[in-house]
Amino acid sequence: MVMLHALDRKLLRDLWRLKAQSLAIALVLACGVAIFLTGLGMVRALEATLEDYYSRQNFAHVFASVRRAPLSVVQDVAEIDGVQTVEARVAGWVVLDLPGRAAPASGRVLSLPENGPLLNVPLLVDGRLPDPDAATEVAVTDRFARANGFSLGDRFSAIADGTRLDLQITGTLRSPEFIYTLPPGGLMPDDAGFGIIWMPERAAAATFGLTGAFNDLSVKLRRDARLAEVIDRVDAILAPWGGTGAHDRETQVSHSFIQAELNQLRSMSAVLPPIFFGIAAFLVNMVLGRIVALERAEIGLLKALGYRDSEIALHYLMLAVLVAAIGIGIGWGAGAWLSTGMSRLYARFFDFPWLVQPHDLDVYALAGLIGLISAGVGALRAAWVAARLAPAVAMAPPAPPSFRRGHMDRLARWLRLPQTAMMVLRGILRWPVRAAFTALGLSLGVSILVASNFMLDSLDAVIDTAFFKSNRQHATLVLAQEAGLDAVTDARHLPGVLAVEPQFDLPVTLHHGSRSKKLAITARMPGGDLARTLDVGNRHVPLPEKGIMLSEQLAAHLGVAPGDTVLVELSGTRSGEFHLPVAAVTRQYIGIGAYMQMDALAERLREGPRVTALNLWIDRAHLSELQAALKEMPMLATAVMLTDVRESFQDTISENVRINTVLFITISVLITVGVAYNGARIQLSERARELASLRILGFTRAEVSSILLGETAILALLAQPLGWAIGAWISWAMMAGFDSDLYRIPLVLTPANFANASLITLAAVTAAALLVRRRLDRADLVAVLKTRE
Amino acid sequence: MTRDIDTSATSNGSAETVFRTRGLTKVYGGNGTAEVRALDGVDLDLPEGELVVLLGPSGSGKSTLLNIIGGLDHATSGQAWFRDRELTKMTDRQLTRYRRDHVGFVFQFYNLVASLTARENVALVTDVAADPMDPDEALDLVGLSGRMDHFPAQLSGGEQQRVAIARAIAKRPGVLLCDEPTGALDSKTGTAVLAALEQVNARFGTTTLVITHNAGIRKMAHRVIRFHDGRVAEIEQNAHRVSASEIEW
Ligand SMILES: Nc1ncnc2c1ncn2[C@@H]1O[C@H](COP(=O)(O)OP(=O)(O)OP(=O)(O)O)[C@@H](O)[C@H]1O
Ligand SMILES: [Mg+2]
Repeated sequence: MVMLHALDRKLLRDLWRLKAQSLAIALVLACGVAIFLTGLGMVRALEATLEDYYSRQNFAHVFASVRRAPLSVVQDVAEIDGVQTVEARVAGWVVLDLPGRAAPASGRVLSLPENGPLLNVPLLVDGRLPDPDAATEVAVTDRFARANGFSLGDRFSAIADGTRLDLQITGTLRSPEFIYTLPPGGLMPDDAGFGIIWMPERAAAATFGLTGAFNDLSVKLRRDARLAEVIDRVDAILAPWGGTGAHDRETQVSHSFIQAELNQLRSMSAVLPPIFFGIAAFLVNMVLGRIVALERAEIGLLKALGYRDSEIALHYLMLAVLVAAIGIGIGWGAGAWLSTGMSRLYARFFDFPWLVQPHDLDVYALAGLIGLISAGVGALRAAWVAARLAPAVAMAPPAPPSFRRGHMDRLARWLRLPQTAMMVLRGILRWPVRAAFTALGLSLGVSILVASNFMLDSLDAVIDTAFFKSNRQHATLVLAQEAGLDAVTDARHLPGVLAVEPQFDLPVTLHHGSRSKKLAITARMPGGDLARTLDVGNRHVPLPEKGIMLSEQLAAHLGVAPGDTVLVELSGTRSGEFHLPVAAVTRQYIGIGAYMQMDALAERLREGPRVTALNLWIDRAHLSELQAALKEMPMLATAVMLTDVRESFQDTISENVRINTVLFITISVLITVGVAYNGARIQLSERARELASLRILGFTRAEVSSILLGETAILALLAQPLGWAIGAWISWAMMAGFDSDLYRIPLVLTPANFANASLITLAAVTAAALLVRRRLDRADLVAVLKTRE
Repeated sequence: MTRDIDTSATSNGSAETVFRTRGLTKVYGGNGTAEVRALDGVDLDLPEGELVVLLGPSGSGKSTLLNIIGGLDHATSGQAWFRDRELTKMTDRQLTRYRRDHVGFVFQFYNLVASLTARENVALVTDVAADPMDPDEALDLVGLSGRMDHFPAQLSGGEQQRVAIARAIAKRPGVLLCDEPTGALDSKTGTAVLAALEQVNARFGTTTLVITHNAGIRKMAHRVIRFHDGRVAEIEQNAHRVSASEIEW
């Protein structure tokens, strides 16, 4: 049998006696460890997976599209300094008529080079690649096939520019280009409604009339290549052929969404864990400080018996280490569980063939080490005090804590505060640092909820603005090619269509001074009622008669304000440039935008009004007839059913909201209970004697607990505005962090948000206080009289 | 401060009874652990207005009796009355009310609230009492008019104990229960504390029960009760009382 040292036995007994407080601290620490572990672990797993996947499948660095360029141009690009590999493809949009699906789906057709792709090489999941000579064989994305219940050999129809193709699936693929796929006009992946279709080169070229030519280019660079220079050179080479501008991975849809996710993970693991570690250190400090104060006499005795200062300091440090060990253990478990959950969530949105799990033992070790250090730092002061106590001083009873009268007293007297209120006030002023940290800890609980509520409110605002106020159309038809205004008349004759508003998207580069941005100008008819531009207050801003209207973000990027002039450089099939005055600036949350009136743009282009998309207002009663008609419509690239987009977006969002709400409420409640419970317990320990004396004097249980819990209550109330402020600040920082060309979020802080955060945290404080009050109620009055302290 | 004893307030047998106990018993432990009969059938009648000293060896049950008649503890069996009310039937809530309205306590370890000044410690009680004195007056009575704004940490043990007495008497309690009020004090400060108790008893006729190990103190009592093994061993009336200042330690 192992003989436990007497001091070690005391250690275990202390831990047991303090089990509730220890657990509260351990849980806060566990939160920090778990989030650190999950955040850093997922970042590393994603980074490693991307690197592995990209390099194995030769993911390109530069992407460009062009209207139609002869294959000979490929050689010109290959000769650019720094270019390693170039691959030209034919790409096109098709409308899909899928068996068993009423609504038209959309597809992106990509050609498969005859000798197998060199870049963005898709991975075969099942079946085989289509025969290069076959005209109707295709491979499709694995997710698309699974979402639609396709097996190998199944057939479906694709309508390319009005021509119906009957296609047969020979294999399913996944590609580094499409880890994350967005359907055209969509905001969420839609596996069933959007698929990538790989077609043999010859068949694809025939379908889109590009035999001997290409319209899509991927470039892989050498290590020493200069990205910006290559992009400029590619643009120059492609310009005569209708190049719409080359771009790097940063604006490649799939890559940029993964990067956005990575950034979010990185900031989560940078911001949240330190909060938890800090609070845990503070709680350890507070609890151990109290224990050392209570055990003065024992410490004196131990020293008198010959224990060394270092042994005594170590004894108290060990208590913190044990608490930390429990917290780290729980944190490791929770972290592993959270990581699994996160991987599963990622698997839903991202299509990775495998997830590289880097050896993350070191992440576990690091998380544990940080947890230990936090607890250790928290214990340092108490251990130091214990080590420094002189035996003689320690054995003498401690002098009653000294209080001083200050300005507060005059105020209190003037306010005729009762003595019990004075006890509470002086308690706070006696230990101002402790009180401040307690309030700060409680306010962090509030602020975490404010920030998480903010995310929800903000998303709500985005959805409301983007889908219900700004883009109110039921459907958008994207045309395969530009058309004249007669396309509007044609669309109006489709069954169930009540209103049609045309739209013209013109690819350009906007310049102002040395700044520039590649994008498409969106031109609409004045007085349009479906797709509208809004200002900050969600009010409709009519399109300016002359000049161009820019989204806030774009204006900031170009450094222009209303009244300035931008240079419009045409790309694609048109060339030339002209100046336009900036007439107005609007706000938009998703993407960036530049808007004009159709006639004004046509005048600048010196041509008649052109149409590339049609926004529809539909009579839902005739929806199925319309859907059937759309499947046969010539010149249609894709049909975006915004009603479906709205629904899928809201479904996904509301599920994420549920996960988030549960997660953040848990986190906030753990922090709040940890701080409030420990704070109140320590007060109970310090005041037990006083409070029992008051009970003897005839004070009721309620009166006595109001003194005990008064301090907690005051600090909790003070913590609310502080928590709101910190929460608002975090929200602001999140808003700034989210600001990208993909999307941005508005700073929406509602009274309901603050009220909800306060309600939850105050309920948690109350629960913690009631736990402590139960102890007070059970206190033995007579026992108090027998001891001195 | 007057040292003369005003004997008109003393009981002469015809006065009302403040405390009455019949067969009062308190048993600690049992089922498993050894049973301790801290009180073993105590029958006692204490008349109104007297200063009573309780003597007895350590462990004889003095504090136990004081705690039960002070409403701090429950008896195992038997009955105890305060005036016409039966304490042994009261709930915790009623006992709290009883302590608040009628009892003043003084203990060996002063039990002051560290974060309140002397005056505020007294006000703690006067704030909730029905017909209290002014805190300043109570402190004046125990000779502490110059120390009203001091915190406990700034007072000597004797001064702290006198604050505790001022706090106990400020609400004009029916009875004053003191458990070794001079136990932690030297003779000089102890005398001052006893003088304060004597003064209160004489001026307001507050029935005062003092537990002590100092047999000399018995000389200032109207009545001396000796305890032994949880029973009243002997009750003795003092024909000639001596004032606190003359007591030898
Ligand atoms: N909580 C308790 N549990 C068990 N026994 C107790 C408890 N409190 C008191 N006793 C026992 O009851 C008996 C009487 O105790 P009490 O405190 O009344 O004695 P006392 O006369 O006041 O002694 P002293 O003069 O030493 O204060 C003692 O034997 C004591 O050991
Ligand atoms: Mg005793």
